[in-house]
Amino acid sequence: MPIGPETPRWIKAEREGLHLPTIGWWIDPSRAVTNALVTHGHADHARGGHGEVWATAATRDIIDLRYGTPAGGGDVAYGECIEIGDSITATFLPAGHVLGSAQILLERQGERIIVTGDYKRRADPTCPPFVPTPCDILITEATFALPIFTHPPIEREIARLLAAREANPERTVLVGAYALGKAQRVIAELRRAGYAETIWLHGAMTAMCALYERHGVTLGPLAPVSETPRGELKGQIVICPPSALNSVWARKMPDQINAVASGWMRVRQRAVQSNVELPLIISDHCDWNELTATILEVAPQETWITHGREDALLHWCAMRQIRARALELVGREDEDEAA
Amino acid sequence: MDRFARLLTDLIYTRARNGKLALLADYLRTVPDPDRGWALAALTGGIDFPAIKAGTVRALIQERVDPVLFALSRDFVGDTAETVSLMWPAPPGPVRGAPGVSEAVALLASASRGTAKAVLAGLLDRLDEDGRFALLKLATGALRIGVSARLAKTAFAQAFGVALDEVEELWHAMRPPYAELFAWATGAAAKPDISAVPVFRPFMLANPLEDEAIDLRDYAAEWKWDGIRIQIVSVGGAARLFSRGGEDITASFPEIAEAFDHEGVLDGELLVRGTHQGGEAASFNALQQRLGRKSVSGRLQADYPAFVRLYDVLLDGGEDLRRLPWTERRARLEALAPRLDRSAFDISALIEAETFEALAELRAQARESDIEGVMLKRRDSAYEPGRKAGLWFKWKREPLTADCVLMYAQRGSGKRSSLYSDYTFGCWTAPEAKGGVLLPVGKAYSGFSDEELKWLDSFVRKQTTGRFGPVREVDKTLVLEVAFDAVNPSTRHKSGIAMRFPRISRIRRDKPASEADLIDTLRRMIAAGAKAGSASKT
Repeated sequence: MPIGPETPRWIKAEREGLHLPTIGWWIDPSRAVTNALVTHGHADHARGGHGEVWATAATRDIIDLRYGTPAGGGDVAYGECIEIGDSITATFLPAGHVLGSAQILLERQGERIIVTGDYKRRADPTCPPFVPTPCDILITEATFALPIFTHPPIEREIARLLAAREANPERTVLVGAYALGKAQRVIAELRRAGYAETIWLHGAMTAMCALYERHGVTLGPLAPVSETPRGELKGQIVICPPSALNSVWARKMPDQINAVASGWMRVRQRAVQSNVELPLIISDHCDWNELTATILEVAPQETWITHGREDALLHWCAMRQIRARALELVGREDEDEAA
Repeated sequence: MDRFARLLTDLIYTRARNGKLALLADYLRTVPDPDRGWALAALTGGIDFPAIKAGTVRALIQERVDPVLFALSRDFVGDTAETVSLMWPAPPGPVRGAPGVSEAVALLASASRGTAKAVLAGLLDRLDEDGRFALLKLATGALRIGVSARLAKTAFAQAFGVALDEVEELWHAMRPPYAELFAWATGAAAKPDISAVPVFRPFMLANPLEDEAIDLRDYAAEWKWDGIRIQIVSVGGAARLFSRGGEDITASFPEIAEAFDHEGVLDGELLVRGTHQGGEAASFNALQQRLGRKSVSGRLQADYPAFVRLYDVLLDGGEDLRRLPWTERRARLEALAPRLDRSAFDISALIEAETFEALAELRAQARESDIEGVMLKRRDSAYEPGRKAGLWFKWKREPLTADCVLMYAQRGSGKRSSLYSDYTFGCWTAPEAKGGVLLPVGKAYSGFSDEELKWLDSFVRKQTTGRFGPVREVDKTLVLEVAFDAVNPSTRHKSGIAMRFPRISRIRRDKPASEADLIDTLRRMIAAGAKAGSASKT
């Protein structure tokens, strides 16, 4: 029998997302709902078809780009607090994950719950840093929640990318990176490292890069691959979705070097299996040490763990007498406690 | 260790063979002795630390990190060495700098079972992630990084501009860290004298006969026996047996080694007695019962009696005959063969044929006699290691073919990494109309032209119906004519058969899948002698 406060009755974890039953609102729901608070624009958090979407301006723009304009709702600035009914307020705080990403602080009658969405603790030139905020319940992600995941400094990985390009003037470095967030971060970090040449984009990247630019993230000279004779791509850096690396599209490149920018690249077997020659360990999520440090720093009374390797994090919490639960199991645990 | 660790990491991420060779050659050229020698030993499987087992590493890590977190991490990574290298905790205090390969080898070699964990921990504390990975691979002796011993030796030859054949010949007389070998290759010393050491000499190999015109006045013909090529080496009394790759297989065939009482080096085919192969030997399947064993029971020796059919003589006494023409070596072989133990040795007879046409006729009957084909050897050729053009030919019997249905495809490696070039195909358990289903009967990744490969790749992409990791399942509509040398019974495959050397011979876009062959048709192709489990019963 866990010791601690009763779980507030105004929030429930459902299979489709976090639910505020007293007002019928949802956070990052996986199906279309009437009222949604959305932490950020990645497809597993933001879906199309909601009635009202409340999110940061950048996230709403991303939803607009991907699914069409939401019917209603509005932009919420970082630090802004909105009242959503039943005395519940929602405050959007930077999560440091991608452009527009936010943690959502839910408050009701002195109870404070933070939904982190996805987040990281490293500096990122494309979005403001995560703000650790005291709360009663921390609902954290656990994507890289295994102690094998410790992300190296991004400067080291960018230097490896530039060195590979330098050493292979006859080849094209294809960097597989998610179209939202990772791609722009890699580009911005290349610029920060002094790389001023044109960076070439797969067609799936161009619109999102333009959106970033509109939101004030400068990415330097970019050009689409499609309009370029392939011979001119020798010695160049091309950014594409990871799925394009082993596609017919990639086969037309002049002798490509397959790179992938992802936290998963930490594991050699994974990288080799996906045909990667240059694994770049670049993640927009916390690594193991950052996840555990965040739990200790925020020091909530209870930690809920969503999508990822919750087993390891639950075990880590248990060893430290930190109250924690994996979200999928919330319903069942309640029944056990009642019994 | 840094340099060795970087080499391993680079090798893991380099797919092209030439890329791997360049990395290895650069390492061997630029790293000093004895580090490079120990690295070469690790890459060729020539290093063993008896006190350090995989279990040592697992026991050690569970003392250092939470065992539950280790188990979860190990499950995710799938490799203990890599898991440990990634989660090894930083040591609390300052440590000495990273050890070199030689220092690590010396410490690991000095470890006893009692000190193994402490020695390993002391080394791991001094290394970064890549270094820890390399150390653990070195310590446990299982590199598994896609570099064969042969590739490492090829790189050695390339690094120093020496002949691979010479490296192979010297190799088996050398011990890590191969100081003599490096001294010779770098020109610092003369070639080591290995005449008194029982070592493997590289085999002379044959090319497939394509359309060459063969005049039997220039070439002698022998049957192509279906066993394993073997080299018998005897220096100073003790005989050793080596397989094609130079692996010492004496322990699997002790009776052959014991029966050999002649100083010299002979080349032959290791076979099991039986009535297959023209009534002269059992099938390859029977021989397989004897392969890969570290020791062999008297029962096994009696059930599968092995013998060697001699092809050639390389050294007779201390005399190296390899530069002599085949005719002279053959005469020497015929002179010495009768002096050998008849129960274990005979000579591969020459085929009497006046003309090439007559030989072709004999070859045409090869399938009926269950003989793999014919060998043609140039009468004036020296014994040249490797596969030199125009000297020896293998002229296999015509392949068998079957119409199979493409079921699954996987990407190739290297140049073919973006193409689905490995195909699994199946045949029907019964006619489709009678409720038959397809079961896989083989896998092939050759036989097609570049054009056909492109077409097959695009077929796979367009017709994918399921994905299992790297494997794509396709719509079962495409018939492939598959050529193969033989069909053997197999308990490993659900279909109960295994094809030997299958390759795609034609794409049959004209043929509906329902008209592909039945598994029963393939089963009937199993040669009579291969059916029985034991050679003694055939």
